[in-house]
Amino acid sequence: MKKQLEKKHPLAIRWMHWINFPLLTIMIWSGLLIYWANQVYGIRIFGYELFKFFPPWFFEISKVDFWGYKIPDYLPAWSYEWTNMPQRLAEGMQLHFFFMWLFAINGLIYVIYTIVSGEWRSILPVPSSLKRAPLVALHDAHIVKVKPPQGKYNDAQRIAYTSVILMGVGSLLSGLAIYKPLQLSFLTAMFGGYEWARWIHFWLTILFVLFFLVHVFQVILAGWSNFRSMITGYDIIDAVEPVAEPATAREEESAS
Amino acid sequence: MSENKDREVLLEKVREFERRTGHTVDSFPGDPNNTASILGEHRYLSEPMSAEAAKKQMFAKSRRHFLSIGATVFLGIVGWRSLSDETKDLLFKSKDRLLLKTFEFNEKVSQFFFRPTKLAPEFPPEQVTPIRTNGFEGLEQEIDINSWTLTVAGLAGRVDDLVLTMADIKKLPRTEMITEFKCIEGWSTIVHWAGVKFSDFAAVYNPKTTSGAPPDVAGKPEDLVPYVAMSTPDEKYYVGWDMPSVMHPQTLLAYEMNGEPLRPENGAPLRIASPTKYGIKQIKRLGRIEFTSERPKDFWAEYGYDWYSGH
Repeated sequence: MKKQLEKKHPLAIRWMHWINFPLLTIMIWSGLLIYWANQVYGIRIFGYELFKFFPPWFFEISKVDFWGYKIPDYLPAWSYEWTNMPQRLAEGMQLHFFFMWLFAINGLIYVIYTIVSGEWRSILPVPSSLKRAPLVALHDAHIVKVKPPQGKYNDAQRIAYTSVILMGVGSLLSGLAIYKPLQLSFLTAMFGGYEWARWIHFWLTILFVLFFLVHVFQVILAGWSNFRSMITGYDIIDAVEPVAEPATAREEESAS
Repeated sequence: MSENKDREVLLEKVREFERRTGHTVDSFPGDPNNTASILGEHRYLSEPMSAEAAKKQMFAKSRRHFLSIGATVFLGIVGWRSLSDETKDLLFKSKDRLLLKTFEFNEKVSQFFFRPTKLAPEFPPEQVTPIRTNGFEGLEQEIDINSWTLTVAGLAGRVDDLVLTMADIKKLPRTEMITEFKCIEGWSTIVHWAGVKFSDFAAVYNPKTTSGAPPDVAGKPEDLVPYVAMSTPDEKYYVGWDMPSVMHPQTLLAYEMNGEPLRPENGAPLRIASPTKYGIKQIKRLGRIEFTSERPKDFWAEYGYDWYSGH
């Protein structure tokens, strides 16, 4: 079987993707340090609390006795800090309001680059993507054997990646609405007020974490060659069979 | 021969897929069911080559990338180790560290957008929420509200401090507002405040100016000294404010909360109330106000919080 090298990810996208990874991690971590100063959110149905993020035992875990030892006794000294997390609001705010600039700038350049370079053609869904995305899930679950039509990404990926960009925009805007509710009161009002803006900002973070978990799981399933393409830019594929109009099928840029 | 057989098997699968889903399967590009072809996505493919050749080319590309990542990590570690302890402290530990400098940078950005005429939203009385009390620094001692006085320093044309009583404050025009009280911890309440606009207070008692010229509080507020230092009578809690925020029309010297005189735990007899900054800045039980050209110390800023803490 003949093979081809396919250039999948431009250099700029790869840089911004990998820069975003630690930035988003720091934003989420520092956001948690802020949240833990007054943790209020959970999932309630008819007033009954089904689930609370970080229940009280979570903060006491460094004090829990395991056969005469506490967790910090088993781990290096710095772990005490990590298992004793509240009371770090000032630190959380310092990190959050420094890295917000880098996160926003990186995201902004990414969006501009995606529009200008034409990469949006690989990422945006179209209305009929909603119809095809479930096929991707069925294929992933080995219920349908035939691979759904796709370019660089399939329709489920297009919806997921576009959503995560919109979530980034939503996090920035809701963050600004909380950060400057007087100077940007129109923005705060757009989110339904200060309390709602905070609630939305929190839940977007939870969605980021869920996206991350699914993303990593899928990357592991897709395998090394796919992962490598986010570093080198190239993937090895089975040679594409010649089609009726090869001139439109292949961009003339050589990959070598 | 076997290739033909494979093709038959594949075609059978495709037909089965078509039957089940009602979709037609076609190869990308030119497929009306493929978003990539609908949006005109480009592909960048090398010439077909043998599997070994492809592997070899890929290996060369990978090696280059993974070597650069390795080199970057190595240089990062070496670079970090070669930094002196002073430099590391400057970045991450000392008082002037990068993150605190960023607070000051953010403050400048925020002040650039600050408009004294821009008001925070006000709420109807039925949206007022129960009072939530937090922070008792500077309130530990008992207070006799009847003998309470307010010391004012840094006024134009006088060297000594001015001492005011509650009667002096109540002589000034009364202002009410129902605004959101926002705590830095991440909660907020809606409070009905009554008191005196700080700007009305300043217009009567005249803070000193930077130029030394007589103050014109309403007409030329930018000439007033840039800061206000405020503290509790025991000076155990103290905050610093910038002049534009303190002169904002919604910054009050408040003496009533939700229709009742302030309770001791909420700052009786006089406190700051303002939707322009977090609760940590809205000092309770005022004892002293000083207009100053030096940036005042601030209780929570000393614990690494944002000095400005403005909205």
